[in-house]
Amino acid sequence: MGFEEMQTNNFVESSFWNFDALFQPQQHPARDSHDTFFLETPSTTNKLPEDYVQRVKQVHEAGGYGSRGYAYDWKREEADKNLLRTHTTAVSSRMLYQLAQKPFTPKKYFSIDRVFRNEAVDRTHLAEFHQIEGLVCDRGLTLCDLIGVLHDFFSRMGMTKLKFKPAYNPYTEPSMEIFSYHEGFKKWVEVGNSGMFRPEMLQPMGLPEDVQVIAWGLSLERPTMILYGIDNIRDLFGHKVDLGLMKKNPICRLGIE
Amino acid sequence: MPTISVGRDRLYAALGKSYSQEEFEDLCFSFGIELDDVTTEKAIVRKEKHLEDEVGDDDEEVIYKIEVPANRYDLLCLEGLAQALRVFCGFQEIPTYTLADVTKDAILKMHVKKETSQIRPYVVCAVLRGITFDKARYNSFIDLQDKLHQNICRRRTLVAIGTHDLDKLEGPFTYEALPPSSISFIPLKQERCFRADELMEFYKSDLKLKKFLHIIEGSPVFPVLYDHKRTVLSLPPIINGAHSAITLETKNVFIECTATDLTKAKIVLNTMVTTFSEYCENKFVVEPVEVIYSDGESHIYPDLSVYNMEVSLPYLSGLIGVSLKAEEVTKLLNKMQLHANQSASDSKQCSFVVSVPPSRSDILHPCDVMEDVAIAYGFNAIKDKAVIDNKGSKRLASSLTLLSLNEFSDLIRKEVALVGFTEVLTFILCSKKENFALLNRKDDKSKAIIIGNPRSSDFEAVRTSLMPGILKTVAHNKDHPKPIKIFEVGDIAILDDQKDVGAKNCRHLAALYCGANAGFEIIHGLVDRVMEKNGVSFVSPGDISGYYIEQSDEPEFLAGRQARIIYKGNQIGTFGIVHPEVLNNFDIPDPCSLVELNIESFL
Repeated sequence: MGFEEMQTNNFVESSFWNFDALFQPQQHPARDSHDTFFLETPSTTNKLPEDYVQRVKQVHEAGGYGSRGYAYDWKREEADKNLLRTHTTAVSSRMLYQLAQKPFTPKKYFSIDRVFRNEAVDRTHLAEFHQIEGLVCDRGLTLCDLIGVLHDFFSRMGMTKLKFKPAYNPYTEPSMEIFSYHEGFKKWVEVGNSGMFRPEMLQPMGLPEDVQVIAWGLSLERPTMILYGIDNIRDLFGHKVDLGLMKKNPICRLGIE
Repeated sequence: MPTISVGRDRLYAALGKSYSQEEFEDLCFSFGIELDDVTTEKAIVRKEKHLEDEVGDDDEEVIYKIEVPANRYDLLCLEGLAQALRVFCGFQEIPTYTLADVTKDAILKMHVKKETSQIRPYVVCAVLRGITFDKARYNSFIDLQDKLHQNICRRRTLVAIGTHDLDKLEGPFTYEALPPSSISFIPLKQERCFRADELMEFYKSDLKLKKFLHIIEGSPVFPVLYDHKRTVLSLPPIINGAHSAITLETKNVFIECTATDLTKAKIVLNTMVTTFSEYCENKFVVEPVEVIYSDGESHIYPDLSVYNMEVSLPYLSGLIGVSLKAEEVTKLLNKMQLHANQSASDSKQCSFVVSVPPSRSDILHPCDVMEDVAIAYGFNAIKDKAVIDNKGSKRLASSLTLLSLNEFSDLIRKEVALVGFTEVLTFILCSKKENFALLNRKDDKSKAIIIGNPRSSDFEAVRTSLMPGILKTVAHNKDHPKPIKIFEVGDIAILDDQKDVGAKNCRHLAALYCGANAGFEIIHGLVDRVMEKNGVSFVSPGDISGYYIEQSDEPEFLAGRQARIIYKGNQIGTFGIVHPEVLNNFDIPDPCSLVELNIESFL
């Protein structure tokens, strides 16, 4: 069984799937207009699965499934607000919800697609970039499994020396930042994020209690820039690329022994 | 993630140990914080004044900028950070925070008037008795309030903190909401008395405070706190009164947090008192305050009770994937400031009652306890086990099942590249002008997704065609030898009522030729080639078994030199010579032809 690609061709997403379903509280800074592109048209979503919305509201407000919850007034208007998805994890939440509506079967998913952040733009940051995401959903998965998968995944891109730093992410616990040792720079470089999805995210969807989801994500641009020594992201992506240089680039030999 | 600045030497003194920078970085890494920058106070000033070239003195105090997790409010100041690290390293026992024993009559009281429910309904308070400040502690106390205001308080909208010299005030206190014109006091850092409505005008030119005015501006009543003698403590969430300002000499600190969110107010208050009660005469002892609402409801704050959570050993080992012994787990939890007692209730299964202290509001669920065990055990120690067992990789099969749309897109890309076109990857966000006016198109508001809060005009809309990105690429490559042949396969997005979110993506192919002449025939040839490789035959107009072209009338193309592509009876795209006005709008001096079509219909 391999990894199935998730259907990510939906740039417009509701705050519900992008944040609320992921147990991201409504006052979380990521939900600020300084970080997220909200939409004037279409400003709100027309439809959400109502019974699931109630369970999400409940877990935010009062907890449940062993959790204390965040104890605040969860507002439907916030969940209805449309945005340009800030991560493809919005798609993962839809996929896992759909998976939970049927008798459970283990799944592995991946996607590589565009995400949007309303951030200041500079040589290494753009308002849009690509996110690579992988997730494995099965009974009895462990943190040890996640670390094993990450080693396998990153070693295929030539990154064999990894270490992991505890981090915070509202929808994963534990959360780990992934660092890879860069032989050229002689230092550890952050290459991605990972974690196990929280029960407050999975159980309201209806997934069985012993099902765990291990997941990781990284940007496509950053490792590419490191690999090819590109210091300005606009030389890689967008309309300011030099067509002459693009034509002269050698083929990508990654993965060829 | 929030970043805090702490003096290196003060931090090491608080830890009771000096580290080399590398050792300290390793400690941070394993605990889950990050040494972001090493600088000095003067270097920061030099940077602000753009005098980076000036060399600093050797005796400048070294400042560590440390990034802490966004849910660990207890780490937002040196005191909390040092406490957590001391416990983590085993230099200190877990502190126990207690309330001072005060009688029902002696307890300070805060009476809440019912009008406050219109604007900012909650208040929580506490007293730090016999505190000893010095310059560094005082600054840290002020900085902590700033950090809390920035983070959990959401720039004072949810919670605002006021700290006062209790010896300059006299209880009981009242929390009221009054018309702005009836509130007057001397605000902090001012010499004269202001009426609250005047003060709001006055602060419109204050760089720091003007950001908070919107929170109460326009309300018929403003929240205000008074003492027994009608001295104004503060006008939250804007400013404190000058009368009760704390100084280095302050001995007894009265803390009030007014809020629209009670849970967060309690967390903020607990963070303040748990971090700074170590400087009190009775270490880690906090004096409570009774808050009495107008309906008689009364609460004692701060709530320093521990939250008990039952967590089983198999749960912890099962999720981490490492077998652990009960004694080991207890020790690991202690390193993370969590007391754990093995519970006797269930004889078959070993489980713990974990006491979550009031400083650890981040712990919501047993999975948070599990993470703390894993951190204390060491993620990298788990890594060594994972790699040795080669667990995980057996679950990671190498095969991938691609989404048919993406697999098909890749096949199309290869075919177009084989014809000699170079692939480009352009932005999805564009300005309204680029999406419409510059292409000679009118915006009838029926198609484009519009961003509500763009930082600049570059991010006003989601592209409804690939054309603006392709034309901008040509404009940036004017010096490239002609002909330029480029293409893109990517998503555009348009409004669609049928979708839950009201919009959908469409996968398009666009290709452009630019040379000494427009190369219409080259683009027409590409259209035929794409159809051929899709096994679609050229048919006569009206026949729905294949494709044909017919004259079109699109404003972005030159009249009479353009056609729509009809596939199985539906229009899927257009091609033609780009209108000279459009080329001029994009500052392209050479003639171009372009095709753009929706490729989803081939699936």
